[in-house]
Amino acid sequence: MSYSLTDIFGVLPELILVVTAITAILVDVASKGKDSSATMLVTAVGFIVSGIAAISGVGTIGVLMNGAVFQDGFTTAFRAIFCLIGFLTAIFSPAYLHFRNIRLGEYYPLLTMSVLGMMVMVGAANLLLFFIGLETMSISLYILVSLNRTNSKSIEAGMKYLVMGAFSSAFMLYGIALMFAVVGSINYNDITNYFLADPTLGPLTIAAVALLLTGFSFKIAVVPFQFWSVDVYEGAPATVTAFMSTGPKAAAFVVFIRVFGIALHPVASHWTLLLSWIAILTMVFGNVAALRQTNIKRMLAYSSIAHAGYLLVGIVAGNHAAFAATGYYLAAYALMNLGAFAAVIIVNQRHGTDGSYRFDALKGLGFAHPLLGISLTIFMLSLIGLPPTAGFLGKLYVFSAAIETGHIVLAVAGLLNSIIATYYYLRVIVLMYMAKPEGDTTIPRPLPYAITLIVLSVLILLIGVFPEPVISLMIAVAP
Amino acid sequence: MRNAWLVPGIPFFSFLIVGLFIRPLSEKAAGWVATAALFVSAFFAYSIAWDYFSHFGIGHEGPALVPWAFEWLRYQDHLTATIGTLIDPISILLMVVVTTVSALVHLYSIGYMAGDDGYGRYFTFLNLFSFSMLGLVVAPNIVQMFVCWELVGVSSFLLIGYYYRKPSAVAAGKKAFIVTRFADLGFLIGILILGYFGIEAFPHIGAKIQQEMAGLSSIPIQAIDFAFINHPATAHYILTTAGTVLGLSTLAVACILIFMGCAGKSAMFPLHIWLPDAMEGPTPVSALIHAATMVVAGVYLVARLFPSFAAAGTPLDVVAFIGTFTCAFAAIIACTQDDIKRVLAFSTLSQLGYMMLALGVATAVSPLGHTASMFHLFTHAFFKALLFLAAGALIHGVHSNEIWDMGGLRKKLPVTHLTFLAATLAIAGVPPLSGFFSKDEILRAAVENHHPIVFGVALFVAGLTAFYMFRIYFISFWGDARSEKAEHAHEAPAVMLIPLIALALLAIFAGFVPMGEYLGTSHGGHHGIHWNIAIPATLAGLIGIALSAFMYTGTRERYVAVARALGGMYTVVKNKFYVDEVYLFVTKNIIFHYIARPIAWFDRHIVDGAINLYAWLTGALGRGLKPLQTGQVQTYSAWWISGAVFFIILLWMKLS
Amino acid sequence: MIESILDNNLITFLILLVSVGALVGLFIGLSVFLGPKRTSKVKDSPFECGWIVTTDAWRPFPIKYYLVAILFIIFDVEVAFLYPWAVSFGNLGMAGFISMMVFLAILFVGLYYAIKKRVLDWR
Repeated sequence: MSYSLTDIFGVLPELILVVTAITAILVDVASKGKDSSATMLVTAVGFIVSGIAAISGVGTIGVLMNGAVFQDGFTTAFRAIFCLIGFLTAIFSPAYLHFRNIRLGEYYPLLTMSVLGMMVMVGAANLLLFFIGLETMSISLYILVSLNRTNSKSIEAGMKYLVMGAFSSAFMLYGIALMFAVVGSINYNDITNYFLADPTLGPLTIAAVALLLTGFSFKIAVVPFQFWSVDVYEGAPATVTAFMSTGPKAAAFVVFIRVFGIALHPVASHWTLLLSWIAILTMVFGNVAALRQTNIKRMLAYSSIAHAGYLLVGIVAGNHAAFAATGYYLAAYALMNLGAFAAVIIVNQRHGTDGSYRFDALKGLGFAHPLLGISLTIFMLSLIGLPPTAGFLGKLYVFSAAIETGHIVLAVAGLLNSIIATYYYLRVIVLMYMAKPEGDTTIPRPLPYAITLIVLSVLILLIGVFPEPVISLMIAVAP
Repeated sequence: MRNAWLVPGIPFFSFLIVGLFIRPLSEKAAGWVATAALFVSAFFAYSIAWDYFSHFGIGHEGPALVPWAFEWLRYQDHLTATIGTLIDPISILLMVVVTTVSALVHLYSIGYMAGDDGYGRYFTFLNLFSFSMLGLVVAPNIVQMFVCWELVGVSSFLLIGYYYRKPSAVAAGKKAFIVTRFADLGFLIGILILGYFGIEAFPHIGAKIQQEMAGLSSIPIQAIDFAFINHPATAHYILTTAGTVLGLSTLAVACILIFMGCAGKSAMFPLHIWLPDAMEGPTPVSALIHAATMVVAGVYLVARLFPSFAAAGTPLDVVAFIGTFTCAFAAIIACTQDDIKRVLAFSTLSQLGYMMLALGVATAVSPLGHTASMFHLFTHAFFKALLFLAAGALIHGVHSNEIWDMGGLRKKLPVTHLTFLAATLAIAGVPPLSGFFSKDEILRAAVENHHPIVFGVALFVAGLTAFYMFRIYFISFWGDARSEKAEHAHEAPAVMLIPLIALALLAIFAGFVPMGEYLGTSHGGHHGIHWNIAIPATLAGLIGIALSAFMYTGTRERYVAVARALGGMYTVVKNKFYVDEVYLFVTKNIIFHYIARPIAWFDRHIVDGAINLYAWLTGALGRGLKPLQTGQVQTYSAWWISGAVFFIILLWMKLS
Repeated sequence: MIESILDNNLITFLILLVSVGALVGLFIGLSVFLGPKRTSKVKDSPFECGWIVTTDAWRPFPIKYYLVAILFIIFDVEVAFLYPWAVSFGNLGMAGFISMMVFLAILFVGLYYAIKKRVLDWR
């Protein structure tokens, strides 16, 4: 057991985040809880540096830490994406935290730790390291969700998330233990080799697969394990919701691809049908439930469930192209959902609204605030999946991968669901542009939000019109 | 040549910068920046032409290079849409023409549009239009061609409907867009057919063509690239493997469908109806549409795909027939119109007919018509742009489009008069102006490829052209002022006259360019003038001029008597053969009544019914799901346990 | 490999399951049925280390108790981690030393943070 410098440099982005988190804690202590802008700055810089370190690792492929960490393009790409998500969340948080009167500098170190957990998850080459990453991420999130500690909804959300999360961790851990019992190893590669040699499932294996599937299903919030997500998303501070619905979901999906798409692929025939049904039910549930919401945050929560359904289609399709498509879609989804939440957060600070995320707050904002209007329109169009946005190509790639592998029912279900989804996404645009403004339309316009909205909408259009670099990268790096 | 992308690139960036940043600040600056951009772009076009011909020499066919390209959309191997620049003699020719005319039109517009409300908007659109056309010209594959083709359609829609407060302008914009869009349907199907067979053919011949193309293109050749489609091996493959449709080979069907798109853009009969109405746009826009951009796009595409058309054979006959017919048809109508811009519009139709028929009479072994067509495109661009801009100066001075409101203007607008005369002589084919040479080439192509009827019609139309052009010339510049407005007409400002003079010089001297040498398709042709063709052609022109002078310089009674003698025929022609009315009848009484109405019923009751059912089901499902979200962790856990049990059961069942 | 054993001896496993259940049930049942039951008010009251019960057990505790308990657990685990490290210190070499120092440094940052946030301040 010894580590070389290659190992250390291979996990440099993670190490940078560890240092960032520790520094942020110290800075926060030094500022005596009065002002957390220095902590925010440290975190933002940390994300940038870590992101640069991640990007500079493109092209190196191998296994680090005695086979515990995958040093492949998928890891690299998602490290960079997570850093972008973390950075944007960090810079647009202060205005929101100030608005909600949350003065806890712990916010930023926790955010950093949770991104660190996500990075460990996507890089992990064995189930145990993955679980450690998962817990690092989840525990930070439990605290972040209940950070608005004077608000009973936030506390309730944190409590629910903790209970359900502990539940899921237990399931996951039992699944890992049983898998170890069956295979005799926790390395993904060993699992693949074991099932390649003997693709029959005994009762113990079935239990292991079912428990792992349950654990993942909780993390990506698919039917019937999705109930927590709506309550938690609604109760959590909005910036945390924005973060949770993008980064952790993407991380869980990447690991899902690694474990089910790759490691358990030899026994795919056993769980493909099951996953297909879950995918369809999830899409239908998310979209249908989103239709009737009057609260934008809950609407976006349900939409995020529906998107998990679309993404599952890519995993069911289960070949290289499908994983690349899922990777592209995850990146696109992270960008557009983060953008949608950022826009909604700022809308909700409109003067004269009670801050309860009702749709009414959108009325007439489109013309009063062109940047907000245009960018939110782009995010909604992308969530619907209309060209020329990234969301369109994401759906196109995923569904065409499904058709190519013969899952035509899934593709059709996905398309029908996209039609339903159009209704509630378009309502946002309609309210912004076609409803008469009621009362005061002034909203605060802090610079970080403008940066976030511009960066995200430009990126969405850019990779929507010129998808070539991203999809090539994904095809090159997908496992 | 690596910087060839700058030619369409500069107008594009200028479009963005002017539209987004400069226009809100200063309308005036917007005009100058947009104009400067086109002049810079023209400079690059010239430098590319210089580089290309000094490097590869003239007198033989130059290679087609793709010095700059990037992958845009990858569908599958060998089917990747690239964005790039194709550099070969005809694209260079078009680049030069488009940038020159567009730059001059921009300059002219600074004077013409001064004080207009949407000054900045106008220049933004003008830049977009130039960019679209240049993007189309340099397209190395049929997808970029199509995208830019549609961009041209959109920007023409914006410019024709520029005076959006005027209902007739809006209607004209819509008409242009819908008619060309309808024609593009054929284009799109044609592309799909070619693309489909291209992909099938690629594995068999791709490697060979790739080898031949090595070093010419900066990116591997794709099945939708022109270099691949136009390759004889591809045509041979499609002709031998694909079946026939209605007795035509698949390649011929694809070409004819693509020609449908060309006919729409180039306003060939019967899709010409949008062009006269497009006069509703500002006059410089008409100049740009008619001379250098939109309408020549169709001719250019046929020229671009000429090897495919020639391999299929039949499509060229169609092109020749439609071209000849439009040529004569439009010239006859032009003789009776009173709106100066409409006369020019029909003359454009007629001249486009010339270009098409020249392409139509060319063959793979004797591509003289191809050169002639490109040559005529070249010369026509200058004299037609000049005619429109001069007409714009007239309208600017007189504030009317009607030729009968003008008269006696040669003294009041001397510069406009002289430049207009130069252009009129050029289009009438009087030697040694530019139109004479290119028309001579076309007639010769018709003779040499044994198309006596085409030759006869073309010769007749040459005379007719001289007649109707001198008709408007005499009416507006000679005689006495026929209206109050004409009495007080004044010359246009210098910024408008400079482009006129520049174009007049080009219209006079462009004919001396040895086009055959540059295009390299003449096989030693175009040496001097062919007297056996030039003399009758010139005679026809002179007869037309003489007739016109006889009828329109004297008293009004002369031509009224002629019109009366022709009787009903005159009325039919004056009403443009009632083509618009026929369209109206067909769409309103037949399509709307017998096709649209049953479809509407089906749509309302069956299709909408199904959608409503779907929406109702979704809503009901939503109501049913609502109670599930109780907000209680206990319920959620219960669901969880049932889910886990369900998973195990399902996995177990799959096992046994 | 465990799986194959189980597959072959599923019956054994089932017998074990049933007999364990039966045994537990038997003992609890015996004590319920056979044991003498005498109740009084004092006997039913909660056991509080000999103190007289003043309120019910749902009363909120000061948060300090929990925090100190959590801190205790962290350092408890740290010791559990340090002990094997110390035993094999000789084999781990410099890398092992540095790793442990990094670990301890992170831990001390946490302690410093806790102190600065006045977690141990009982006033």
